[in-house]
Amino acid sequence: MGSVGAKEIPQLITPDGRRIDGRLPDELRQLRIVAGPLHRADGSAYVEWGLNKVMAAVYGPREVHPRHLQQNNKAIVQCKYNMAAFSVDERKRPGLDRRSQEISKVIAEAFESVIFVEEFPRTSIDVYIEVLQANAGTRCAGVVAASVALADAGIPMVDLLPSVAVGKVGGKICLDLKKEEDNFGEADLPMALVPQSGRLVLLQMEGHMTRDELSQSLDLGVKGCRSIYEVMRAALREKYSVEPSAATPAAAGVGQ
Amino acid sequence: MGNGQHARHRGHGREGRPSSSNSDRVVVLPGDEIPSRGLRPGVGTYRTDGRIYASVLGLVRESPPFIKVMPLSGRYIPHAGDVIVGIVTDVQGTFWLLDIAAPRWAPLHMTGTPWKIDFGETGNYLHVGDSVVVAVEQIDETGRIGVTMNGPELGKLEGGTLFTVSPAKIPRVIGRGGSMIQTITEATGCQLRVGQNGRVWADGPPDGIRRVHETLVMIETEGQRRGLTERVERYLTSSAPTGPELPWTGPPRSATLDEALPRPESLDDGPGDDIELSENGA
Repeated sequence: MGSVGAKEIPQLITPDGRRIDGRLPDELRQLRIVAGPLHRADGSAYVEWGLNKVMAAVYGPREVHPRHLQQNNKAIVQCKYNMAAFSVDERKRPGLDRRSQEISKVIAEAFESVIFVEEFPRTSIDVYIEVLQANAGTRCAGVVAASVALADAGIPMVDLLPSVAVGKVGGKICLDLKKEEDNFGEADLPMALVPQSGRLVLLQMEGHMTRDELSQSLDLGVKGCRSIYEVMRAALREKYSVEPSAATPAAAGVGQ
Repeated sequence: MGNGQHARHRGHGREGRPSSSNSDRVVVLPGDEIPSRGLRPGVGTYRTDGRIYASVLGLVRESPPFIKVMPLSGRYIPHAGDVIVGIVTDVQGTFWLLDIAAPRWAPLHMTGTPWKIDFGETGNYLHVGDSVVVAVEQIDETGRIGVTMNGPELGKLEGGTLFTVSPAKIPRVIGRGGSMIQTITEATGCQLRVGQNGRVWADGPPDGIRRVHETLVMIETEGQRRGLTERVERYLTSSAPTGPELPWTGPPRSATLDEALPRPESLDDGPGDDIELSENGA
């Protein structure tokens, strides 16, 4: 990837309409999800999405620290999105930065709108998202991982929250951008969908698009979210299947 | 809570006991629509536009007039009457704060103990880190939990080892009428105390403790499958020095205060972990 320097912009769409990794514009990268890999957290999930690797852990509902953040009528949702120092080509300076704070905030707000927070007054539901390896679309991978982790933690919510980014690359609207497309493309539009109601609870945009392209992107993104939803559900079903076929103890995992 | 058309309470524990009816073992996920069959939305469900959906991951149960979802995971939600194991996290003038693995801590007032204590003497009886068996007296709508140590089988735990299992699996650890506890006690020579909040205390010979741990892991991993009791009995009566092949879940979990702290960086896991994507990913 280091070879893709700033010197020349790579050809992002081949003449036959394929992308640099051979995908069609409406094709997702390979997505694999494991529910409950961590035993210390109340719920957890691991996501490999293309070259992204993301781990999410959920704790709570639990006592709020510091106390003054506590809300008397509902639980608060706190999210910490963090990229590991080794998650990108050049070492990332560890710790909070503007970008991770923003992502943490929008993800927390997205989840707050689907979790039944009124059920747990004066408590906190803490979501930790650790990006181990990044290749564009980590906030979406983080939302997907966190959502599976929340379900694994038994937290009541309206629905799982599939998420994907759509972008404009070489003049074409493409689903699920990878790093080069994100870097050299014209626009990036991450979103998260509540499949049960069809509501979008996270939507951001970077770059430029026409109105038509935007609505086209939204349609494509919603379609993408629906297929991601199925993968998320399959991962949870695998962990919690009650069939005797759970002969592989590894698949069942020891919850918490 | 309580103001919407869907009065929703969550609960598991004793109700969650996978009792005689194994018929409808359908795992639902949040957002799954549940055919209502004229029933009203109960625990673990919600209703919008006249349709009922699951709000938690669990098994659908019909208990007219409600249809509910029994969660398969999640924190302990207290109910009055539950016997639980708490860990002292704070000592105040007239009460102790207990971590009971629930969403909130529970105060144990000094009048709720068998001791006669003067103000400020609480620290002479229980210290931070001590484990106690208490009963839930009441819960109010704000989630405040009242617990007491007055009662049979309640009191401070001395020595022993604490394990943590998912509260959803506690009915399996207890067994029908306490049969599983009895089986384990007899086979390992360990004393057991089981809290509804997922904490299991054991005391006895070191080898017995090890076997208790392995049994608990077994129940937690395979608790959903049928014939659990037989398998546990077979394991416990077999004189095999080492247990069946079980996924390594880390050292015995003696719950301490720092367990409640977030440690997202501790991504370490023993061998035999379940992240082997190559197996499941195909």
